[in-house]
Amino acid sequence: MIRVSLPAHLKTLARIDTEICFDIKEPITQRTLLDALEFRFPMLCGTIRDHVTKKRRPFLRFFACGEDLSLESPDAPLPSAVVSGQEPFLIIGSVAGG
Amino acid sequence: MSKIRVLVGTKKGGFILASDGQRKKWTVDGPLFAGWEIYHMKGSPVDPNRIFASQTSSWFGQIIQRSDDGGKTWNTPGGEKMPTPYDPPGGLSNKFVYDTSAETGKALTTHQWYDSTQHPWEFKRVWHLEPSLDDPETVYAGVEDAALFKTTNGGRSWSELPGLRGHKSGSQWAPGAGGMGLHTIILDPKNPKRIYIAISAAGTFRTDDGGESWQPINKGLKSQYIPDPEAEVGHCVHRIAMHPSNPNVLYMQKHWDVMRSDDAGSSWHEISGNLPTDFGFPIEVHAHEPQTIYVVPIKSDSEHYPLDGKLRVYRSRSGGNEWEALTKGLPQKDCYVNILRDAMSIDHLDSCGVYFGTTGGQVYVSTNGGDNWEAIVHDLPPVLSVEVQTLK
Repeated sequence: MIRVSLPAHLKTLARIDTEICFDIKEPITQRTLLDALEFRFPMLCGTIRDHVTKKRRPFLRFFACGEDLSLESPDAPLPSAVVSGQEPFLIIGSVAGG
Repeated sequence: MSKIRVLVGTKKGGFILASDGQRKKWTVDGPLFAGWEIYHMKGSPVDPNRIFASQTSSWFGQIIQRSDDGGKTWNTPGGEKMPTPYDPPGGLSNKFVYDTSAETGKALTTHQWYDSTQHPWEFKRVWHLEPSLDDPETVYAGVEDAALFKTTNGGRSWSELPGLRGHKSGSQWAPGAGGMGLHTIILDPKNPKRIYIAISAAGTFRTDDGGESWQPINKGLKSQYIPDPEAEVGHCVHRIAMHPSNPNVLYMQKHWDVMRSDDAGSSWHEISGNLPTDFGFPIEVHAHEPQTIYVVPIKSDSEHYPLDGKLRVYRSRSGGNEWEALTKGLPQKDCYVNILRDAMSIDHLDSCGVYFGTTGGQVYVSTNGGDNWEAIVHDLPPVLSVEVQTLK
């Protein structure tokens, strides 16, 4: 069971107030995780990655297991702790200027 | 008994102010979409309980929200959770992608940047939503970087009308200080094929074929900040307005200058007259008097606040040139707010109401055509837009 944590603005948009948990088939990557997230919450399409290029929006970052995964390949396998649900996949609005 | 609903977009959410026809006691609902910029909200003239909202963020992009019950509940069209298969697929209500098809996309490559170099078009946000006058499913959206989009399915999906951005002058359009936004859309009530739009800083354009082809209509404008002050395009038009009974007469608040056209935009002449400064953003027309117009003079393009710290609406009852200051109930000292281009509107009650919002978070109303003013609210976030619905 994958766990995904959204920033507050996207929780409001998706009408949730907790982490999102769901199962996805392997391979479990940024791309397959976000595909699954957008399928379940279509209103999030375009808010995390570009509609067309599917690139991460520039002011968002992806963290997990104490690491910044923002610049990792979208097709790279996610850490095993994320795959197992031990650690959440964090989608963060980047902080600029405090 | 008529009712009034005021749709207020702010930097940190949307608000709905409501009153009966007396316009004395108001309820305030909000913030809607808290924390997001709400650039504009507007109701369908055909179905006033259907309201569209542009919700936007530099972090998270563009969202279109729709209410079908007068703002009580909202949804992202086509964005329902766990959808069953339908057409179009989910998420398209947020999708504003410029037309790059081989037929129409060839000329859609770049526009002029601040330093005169060419710059690719980049979608940033929807500035203005204009619902159709006769179909609740059809809405036009003016966006930054400047382009016009249209939905015919209630906001579920949007397509560009590429003829505008594909106009041969597109590469000469440039952003104003606030970005290159298409901020004004006026639908001609007597000619369904005619639409006017305005862009900062390109100018005003008109289509007479429903949006397939466009012509610049800027003859008579003079702008000292472009190499040729009387160029066909490049003028920083801040707002245009029309009275529905007289659609060939247009009024314009330009970066500097208040202008008027009596021939559907084919030519313009200045009507700044005795205004203390002719810089400003909004311009509006009285509901029942097509020659009565309102502007809010702002000191200058570098000092976006009222002259001398006095917030004054100016009214002309003669279609321009002769203006009177309207001050009763407005702060007349130490006032340094701005009134943005989409932040003024009117109602259609017998005694016409005039409304405007400020960057200081006030929304003012006059229930007698501008003679007296009072604040409905004092402390909202900076107001980006104000639209008024007169409900039966």
